[in-house]
Amino acid sequence: MNLKRLWAIFKARNHEFFRDRAAFGWNFIFPFLIVGGFVLMFGGDSRNEYKVGVFPAGTGTFSVDAADIPARFRETRYLQFIGFADEADGLDRLKHHKIDFLVKAGSRTNEYWVSDTSPRGYIVEQLFNHSLVPDASQPLAERRKIRGFEIRYVDWLFPGILAMNMMFSALYGVGYTVVRYRKNGVLKRLKATPLSAFEYLSAQMLSRIFLLMFTTVIVWVGCDLVFSFRTVGSYGAILVIFFLGSLSLTSLGLILAARGTSEEFTSGILNFISWPMMFLSEVWFSLEGAPDWIRSAAKIFPLTHMLTATRRVMNDGATLADVSSELTALLIMTAVCLVIGASLFSWNR
Amino acid sequence: MSHLLEVIDLVKRYKAMEAVKNVSFAVTEGSCFGLLGPNGAGKTTTLEVIENVIPPTSGTILYRGAPRTASFSEEVGIQFQETTLLAYMTVRETLQTFQSLYEESSDLEKLIDLCYLGDFQHQYNDRISGGQKQRFLLALALVNQPALLFLDEPSTGLDPQARQNLWQIVQRIKEEGKTIILTTHYMEEAEFLCDEVAIMDDGRIIAQGTPGELIRKYGGEKSVSLPRSVLTGVLDRLPFSFRETRERIALLTEDVNACLQALIHERIDLSDLTVNVQNLETVFLNLTGRQLRE
Repeated sequence: MNLKRLWAIFKARNHEFFRDRAAFGWNFIFPFLIVGGFVLMFGGDSRNEYKVGVFPAGTGTFSVDAADIPARFRETRYLQFIGFADEADGLDRLKHHKIDFLVKAGSRTNEYWVSDTSPRGYIVEQLFNHSLVPDASQPLAERRKIRGFEIRYVDWLFPGILAMNMMFSALYGVGYTVVRYRKNGVLKRLKATPLSAFEYLSAQMLSRIFLLMFTTVIVWVGCDLVFSFRTVGSYGAILVIFFLGSLSLTSLGLILAARGTSEEFTSGILNFISWPMMFLSEVWFSLEGAPDWIRSAAKIFPLTHMLTATRRVMNDGATLADVSSELTALLIMTAVCLVIGASLFSWNR
Repeated sequence: MSHLLEVIDLVKRYKAMEAVKNVSFAVTEGSCFGLLGPNGAGKTTTLEVIENVIPPTSGTILYRGAPRTASFSEEVGIQFQETTLLAYMTVRETLQTFQSLYEESSDLEKLIDLCYLGDFQHQYNDRISGGQKQRFLLALALVNQPALLFLDEPSTGLDPQARQNLWQIVQRIKEEGKTIILTTHYMEEAEFLCDEVAIMDDGRIIAQGTPGELIRKYGGEKSVSLPRSVLTGVLDRLPFSFRETRERIALLTEDVNACLQALIHERIDLSDLTVNVQNLETVFLNLTGRQLRE
């Protein structure tokens, strides 16, 4: 290992990243836009609300307080009421699951409509029927409260967005780029020098990890200043997790970079890996309640371990020791990918 | 003079296609050796096997009398036929990067002067002209002060002026005592730069020697050509064999002076006369029956 050669390639790759203004800017803007968009969409309490249609309603702004529907149903939390001019209008939305439940205001028989294929409709139906039962008839139950703090959807989502950005940057920044270099002859030119494959791949990896950490820290600080995320655990621990995560994702990129001269084929393979990883690693939604085999399958992805560990530190205040199993998984994946990538690597093919 | 490089029975096969067929030659230290031939003759494949960029199917390559070792790449400079360079890097930065890849490196300022890179050294690699790029690639091949320099069709695609400039630089590199192996399909380039040439066709070397030797051996006869109309009626009196085309007649001769004197004696109009001399182009034509750039 010659450090002078490694440093030269490391610097050259960094120059390429920092001087390609469009790609450089996009690395920062993309996660910021996604987080901003989700804050706008789900910033309030609207994410888990059930939508209840009420008709007939006037043409102006609909106010549920003025609607003649059972008072206890009207006062139930987490329901969003939407007014419709007539029954046909409401039924049309209900058929297409745009609302979960439709109730007729002023009906003496408390007429309602619900789709028998809608799980959400079933829940609202239970709430509606429950609201019609007088208090005295309610079965006794003991209520115990816990102290907790709210984790907004964006607080939960934010590490996912950052990790997703890291995943695409690692896979495309190493896998796709090296294949492009092989195709256009850059690798052939480098092969003619004393630079070894190990030095070249190490430089590529280190450069990408440096750039990933750099962009992630900038994006985190920027988003935190604007959107004020709540981080219970230590930032240092999160940094360590992100470092190991970028190490394992970049190593995965090396496997993709090992062979091939077709950018189109590589792009297809990258999509084949990155899309399932994005959905199964809980970037966008939790797999809580999903079948066991799906939860097990998700564990083959480094992103899953990285996100699990990050969220535990960020939301629950876990320490590095608490997430040691995830960190170990990331290290093992890194080692496996490095061995496979390095042994398959070819300058020409 | 000793041989810096020896290639013995080199074969390179790609599945069913044999690109290089038992090629053997030796390159004397300090000389410029040319591999000539049309496109697809196997020149580049031969060169890339010697450069250690692709492995041979069989054969032996000796550098300084021994098989090439890991240090071979430290001692050679390579200019590929087509090269894409690292993006978003200036010419100067690229040279510095490549310098860092070698144990020993040339003086950067001298290299920039030698290859006339000064005017565009701070421009990005992809913002320079074809002639500038070829000079830059030549400089890149020289960053490690190589003992052996490989130039694969260095002037292809250049205009005559840029080509002449490149030849002058290669000539200066030769004068520094470096050994050069050059591939080209420009015969005039080989005649100008090479001390020895090997003519390749269909993966084989079909002739080898100094340009002068090859021309003497395979160049055929010189000829003096005139329009058919001016030779009508006098052809029987001229002591030359001839070759006819539809519009012209070529008088075949070993002695152009004697031929011209005979024509003047016959008071023939020489205003449309051409003298066809032997060169490597005619050597190739005579050896293969084909034009070099077919």
